[in-house]
Amino acid sequence: MREAAIAGIGMTDFGELWDASLRQMFTEAAVAAIEDAGVDHIDSMYVGSMTPGLFVHQEHIGALLADYLGMAGIPAGRVESACASGGLALRMAVLEVLSGASEVVLAGGVEKMTDGVDATDALATAADQEYEAFEGITFPGLYALMARAHMEKYGTTREQMADVAVKNHTNGMLNPRAHFRRPIERADVLTSNLVAEPLRLLDCSPITDGAAAAIVTTTERARELGVPVIRVRASAMATASLALHDRQDLTTIPSVGRAAGRAFEEADMGPDDLDVLEVHDCFTIAELVVMEEIGLVEPGKSGEAVSSGLTALDGKLPVNTSGGLKSKGHPVGASGIAQIFEIVEQLRGDAGDRQVEGARIGMAQNMGGSGASCVAHILEAIS
Amino acid sequence: MVGIVGYGSYVPSFRIKVEDIAHQWGEEPEPVKNGLIVYEKTVPGRDEDTITISVQAARYAIQRAGIDPALIGAVYIGSESHPYAVKPSGTVLIDALGIGPDVHVADYEFACKAGTEAMYVAMNHVRSGEMPYAMGIGADTSQGAPGDALEYTASAGGSAFVMGSEGVVAECEATFSYTSDTADFWRREGREYPMHGGRFTGEPAYFRHVLGAARGLMERTGSAVDDFDWGVFHMPNGKFPLRAATKLGFSKEQIEPGWVVRWIGNTYSGSSPCGLSATLDAAAPGDRILMVSFGSGAGSDAFIWKVTDQIEEVRDRAPRFKDLVERRKTYLDYGRYASFRRKILMND
Repeated sequence: MREAAIAGIGMTDFGELWDASLRQMFTEAAVAAIEDAGVDHIDSMYVGSMTPGLFVHQEHIGALLADYLGMAGIPAGRVESACASGGLALRMAVLEVLSGASEVVLAGGVEKMTDGVDATDALATAADQEYEAFEGITFPGLYALMARAHMEKYGTTREQMADVAVKNHTNGMLNPRAHFRRPIERADVLTSNLVAEPLRLLDCSPITDGAAAAIVTTTERARELGVPVIRVRASAMATASLALHDRQDLTTIPSVGRAAGRAFEEADMGPDDLDVLEVHDCFTIAELVVMEEIGLVEPGKSGEAVSSGLTALDGKLPVNTSGGLKSKGHPVGASGIAQIFEIVEQLRGDAGDRQVEGARIGMAQNMGGSGASCVAHILEAIS
Repeated sequence: MVGIVGYGSYVPSFRIKVEDIAHQWGEEPEPVKNGLIVYEKTVPGRDEDTITISVQAARYAIQRAGIDPALIGAVYIGSESHPYAVKPSGTVLIDALGIGPDVHVADYEFACKAGTEAMYVAMNHVRSGEMPYAMGIGADTSQGAPGDALEYTASAGGSAFVMGSEGVVAECEATFSYTSDTADFWRREGREYPMHGGRFTGEPAYFRHVLGAARGLMERTGSAVDDFDWGVFHMPNGKFPLRAATKLGFSKEQIEPGWVVRWIGNTYSGSSPCGLSATLDAAAPGDRILMVSFGSGAGSDAFIWKVTDQIEEVRDRAPRFKDLVERRKTYLDYGRYASFRRKILMND
């Protein structure tokens, strides 16, 4: 039976990369992934990027980046699902390999966010333009509403949300590629500038430049290449209503529950089988709700779980060992692939100071906007 | 020996507090004040502009120099708010102060660096032996767009320096300029307010050029931060110069006297010149001052000024910078400020 595997990974530093352009960053990550896998060619390529058109006025980047990679001629296209663009790129690559149409496919993600465009404005295009953005709300505002609802329904506290950011910064300090490599304390989060009550500056992931790439091939080919065989045990996607106000319960993100559920079914396993996870902490509240949607904890219990250390690097179930979007950075289209980079390093035993002992099965959960789309992958080390 | 023989400054007496601007736009004042390390700024009166500020500063500089103004062979005013697009500011000043007509006059421009450009050129005219005295001035009455972050800091003020080779108060030991094509901040002809690149104005612009010029100057002269007693840096806000100073190894105390932005705001072309003026008021003979300006677009001029014994004789011939700032302050609310700065559409 044909199975997909991640044979190579590559990633740039994440940060305000003033001297690096979109095409330079992508090429750096892609070349690193190709060299890591040791393949001598790729059959095709998917690029995840939320909106290069708005950020750097450049569309058609599938062709552009294939060209810049020195591979003009191969099939290449950009895929988009807002902040889940990277995860979607991986999903397309996996499907193309599983279908037999290709042997070796590159799944990359890139976003160049610091070239002077109003990032809040560009990012808001992931919301419902007619009913949300036009009325003046932006993403911090949407997640703030979710935070309020969660605090009211479950008594989740400001301190518990802050602990997500503290944990992720603690992990980020151990990640040489992270945007922010400095520790923060609860008090720092609670006194940082108010962005959209109750969310403060340190509850929010930053504006970051960066790129990441992965080489997808068959498990058989991975064995031939002599690389650690990291099987893609599941690749799932789900959508939900776009506008937050169409959601039945603001304390939930249904696309996450759906995608994770489909992934567990495909992989024939449950949340208890996971050793490590990378989740989409665009805002601290997002990590809490996602934990509940994936089923790591009961609804409403995520706050106390984080504060008690369940998901810390040395906890029972480490979440966001990379530093998460908060500390590692969130170059939107690249994040989904950067999550895969971290999971693969963990499963290979290459995560250095961030290593979760004996990690064999990991999940990467990537979502778009306020949760209208979610892509979930489960990876397993089988060699 | 060539350097400053007289220095003088002027800031308008009107002020507006950062918290009053914050209240206008519904911002919390404390994070703004702490983020910028600026508490209030100067506001030019209805009858003040770059020319009037330059004239008063130059008057004090000539007083300190104790020379006949007619001996000044060149006058350069650097500003990004010259009252005319075509008609020099400098010609009004020379007639007001009895300089010329055998004088070379030019207006300089390079965002906030225009003042130190004027000083650099004036100093070098004297160094070349072309003339006994030359004057370089940095002054501005810049505007920040309503509601923009720059509105908290864009202010008015200026300083003037008479350069000469006799009676030098601060010798210019060396200079270094660091320049590149970096578009961090600009204003097209005909536009009222400038545009800026947000966070791009930090590392790739201000810090690259300020630190590049400072390090270049130290390398050129074989000196290190320990050779300096004081540091003066361009002050777009209170934070940037503090960070630049710290990166170079200066202590907070060493930039304290020149760190004037906290109470007068960013006087643009007058910024580091005013910082230098305030530092000269505090410096002792033998002290070395490292001064680095920054102008968007972008570039930095770095100078090493070595204070001489003359400073003690000359210092109190004109008001000290601190006294100019303290002596008369009239606080405006946002409405009067907007009116003074012609931000209100009148029916004329």
